[in-house]
Amino acid sequence: MTTNILEMRSITKTFPGVKALANVSLDVARGDVHAICGENGAGKSTLMKVLSGVYPHGTYTGDIVFEDEVVEFRDIRDSEAKGIVIIHQELALSPYLSIAENIFLNNEQRGALGLIDWNKTNQEAAKLLARVGLREKPTTRIMDIGVGKQQLVEIAKALSKRVKLLILDEPTAALNDEDSDHLLDLILHLKGQGITSIIISHKLNEIKKISDSVTVIRDGRAIETMAKVDVTEDRIIKDMVGRDLEHRYPDHTPNVGEEILRVEDWTAHHPQDVTRVVVNNVNLNVRAGEIVGIAGLMGAGRTEFAMSLFGRSYGSRITGRVFKYGKEIKTRTVTEAIDNGIAYVTEDRKTYGLNLIDDIKRNISMASLGKLARGGLVDDNEEYKVANEYRTSMNIKAPSVLAKVGKLSGGNQQKVVLSKWIYSDPDVLILDEPTRGIDVGAKYEIYTIINKLAAAGKGVIVISSELPELLGISDRVYTISEGRITGEFPIEEATPELLIKHMTMEKAR
Amino acid sequence: MSNQTQPPADTAPGFQSNPSSNKAASWLTHLLADLGKNGIFIALVVVVVLFSILTDGILLRPQNISNLIVQNGYILVLAVGMVMVIIAGHIDLSVGSVAAFVGACSGVFAVTWGLPWWLSIILSLAIGALVGVWQGFWIAYVGIPAFIVTLAGMLIFRGLALAVLGNANIGSFPAEYRALGNGFLTDLFGEFEYDPFTLGLAGIAILALIVQQVRTRSARAKYGQDVEPIVWFVVKLALITVVIGAFALALASYKGIPVTLIVLAVLVLIYGVIMNRTVFGRHIYAIGGNRHAAELSGIKTRKVDFYLFVNMGILAALAGLIFTARLNLAGPKAGDGFELEAISAAFIGGAAVQGGIGTVGGAIIGGLIIGVLNNGMSILGIGIEWQQAVKGLVLLLAVAFDVYNKRRSGGR
Repeated sequence: MTTNILEMRSITKTFPGVKALANVSLDVARGDVHAICGENGAGKSTLMKVLSGVYPHGTYTGDIVFEDEVVEFRDIRDSEAKGIVIIHQELALSPYLSIAENIFLNNEQRGALGLIDWNKTNQEAAKLLARVGLREKPTTRIMDIGVGKQQLVEIAKALSKRVKLLILDEPTAALNDEDSDHLLDLILHLKGQGITSIIISHKLNEIKKISDSVTVIRDGRAIETMAKVDVTEDRIIKDMVGRDLEHRYPDHTPNVGEEILRVEDWTAHHPQDVTRVVVNNVNLNVRAGEIVGIAGLMGAGRTEFAMSLFGRSYGSRITGRVFKYGKEIKTRTVTEAIDNGIAYVTEDRKTYGLNLIDDIKRNISMASLGKLARGGLVDDNEEYKVANEYRTSMNIKAPSVLAKVGKLSGGNQQKVVLSKWIYSDPDVLILDEPTRGIDVGAKYEIYTIINKLAAAGKGVIVISSELPELLGISDRVYTISEGRITGEFPIEEATPELLIKHMTMEKAR
Repeated sequence: MSNQTQPPADTAPGFQSNPSSNKAASWLTHLLADLGKNGIFIALVVVVVLFSILTDGILLRPQNISNLIVQNGYILVLAVGMVMVIIAGHIDLSVGSVAAFVGACSGVFAVTWGLPWWLSIILSLAIGALVGVWQGFWIAYVGIPAFIVTLAGMLIFRGLALAVLGNANIGSFPAEYRALGNGFLTDLFGEFEYDPFTLGLAGIAILALIVQQVRTRSARAKYGQDVEPIVWFVVKLALITVVIGAFALALASYKGIPVTLIVLAVLVLIYGVIMNRTVFGRHIYAIGGNRHAAELSGIKTRKVDFYLFVNMGILAALAGLIFTARLNLAGPKAGDGFELEAISAAFIGGAAVQGGIGTVGGAIIGGLIIGVLNNGMSILGIGIEWQQAVKGLVLLLAVAFDVYNKRRSGGR
């Protein structure tokens, strides 16, 4: 009998057009806490979805050996039956049900006649809560406890399924320091009871604290696995970013002018939990013709900053000042922000950027109908002409501008969103993950468009978690972590290692 | 035929085909596109043909055609407002009660208080607007779902209608007021077999339509947009001319043009332009298609929602006036079930349940289909119980067809 509880052998998983995992092997020793780290999109979550049966057997190649037996999971229930439980970043709890009901969801404690035995349910739940150290009544509703406690309920739920291998996907991303510490202690405590854990995390000091070994994944490949004694932050960072810049970036000669936009002391709180600071005293500026990068991991507060700035589209209790060309402006509503020459291109174009059931033409004109209206009537011939100009200049691949946006590829959809905002004639564009989910060729085109905008004297802010991209196109880079700006670097000084260090910088504890 | 080797039939058809088959293909695509767009119109034609056969032509008698318009006028008025509300992703269940409430108020104004007919109408429409302000406030600014607000409104305004009437009917409206529901514009040039005023108006309408269509077409062509082949364009215009002409002829041989029809025509014209050409109309479609994206594009979604319901209130008031005028009576049962007919009309007319899709023209045709079903089945002496069941089935099938079509074309 080997000491490995899990061996994943040569796992390869492809999506249409993308190889998400290439020949990844992963060995996890029984009783270990095994950390997996890598950049956003490196393939960590895909690997875990293969392991837990979210991607069923047959949709990938390679073998999974669990407890010395080759397993072929058809769905997540199969993997749970073997004792593999995954806790996703977005918790899967029903807010209006009680803690006990959530723990035994689809695993109800039944009594006579198949009816639910509530005494048993609550009693068993109380035992599980004691094991995870959560002092709440089993009958409390999920919505009445904080995220940290909800995370513990998820673990209690896993324990109720007799978990042997617990997978946690960025478990501390949404937690405060105290809750994080408690959770990490609990993982170590469970290790003492013989439960093996795989933890996906970006936070390097947290990895150092609890893991016995670390595997770094980059571009869908396992780079290396190191034992606890060999783990250093530098080594992990080097593995995470140590690629040659494979993507090419169009040449860009900066021609930086005067300051266009300056944001001072920008603070925003969570929309529901108004005591939680999400954007913390952010100061930054952008000059004409300049491409400014904001580097931050998911959940660092980058999108929240941009959206709170853009007409208070996110958050509560927002404070701070915005200056344009040195004069203070207000951006209290989206209309006000647009009128002041600010455009925000969302990271989630399908939810926040496009009307998928309408055509290209009407999507491009959506933010600037006033420009096309004569005497209150929209000139739809002019609209057609404008849309056609953008179709040509942005190289949107579609049979005509009357094509429905929902039928276009990701890259072409992104070009439609960009056209919409460029047509609104802004001075400053905030581009949030402008190349997410689009292929390499289209990425190059997007970079070219960004360069053209800068060359036309606009200020461009690019938010991204892909470091090569930021390093390839920016003139200056800010790093953001836990809602705070943790560094500002001219492009000549910025290195991937330096940025990652500042992107993962945590508040002093 | 000789057995010479022929090139396989499937090699490069693009090069082999002569220009005329290209033209035919383009013809066909336009025809199919139009059929797809006008599927609902074809459904109306089918229903009309079916019932004219079943009723031995009674359906298409001049008097019956005139009745069809007058009997369904108020539903069509409601359908116009309703489809706009539905496109924005809402619903309005209160329109029947609002129509009854406003009808009752107009009874008080015009009969009990004896105010001039025009003032009564203006005041009634203002009350409709106020009702819309009330409901719009809760929906747009407090954020309560329209389903709940208008369900409450359905009860509230039915109750208020009863309170205003004091459990009695108000009747005997002035003649000018009654004209709204059963008046005819006729005999302005003396009595003829075919009323020349009606025919003249129809002629002007046809001419205006042709001029507008030709101008649109040439403007589109100038901007390099794809336009339909000239033959198909002419055939379409000719068809429309024949239909309007026949319709006008029927009306002219009876009593002339119903005032209700004129009101309706004006509404369709105005709201057609609003939905297709104005910024406000575009915003409604944008909100229905993706509310988040609309908001982040600077569209003031709350304001649009608010005015949509104010508009719906005014149209519900107008429907109430027409109905009251037609019966010459403001009663407590007025407007019962109007909301369901208006909602059905919008959905049969192609509006999407999740919002973002629908047209005023479609809703009108949807309303006409319901009207023809009602009228045709009444002529055949089919009881009200089966009429209800058939209408329910038609609504279900119409939406099912729509859903099936979208799924087949890959929708979203």
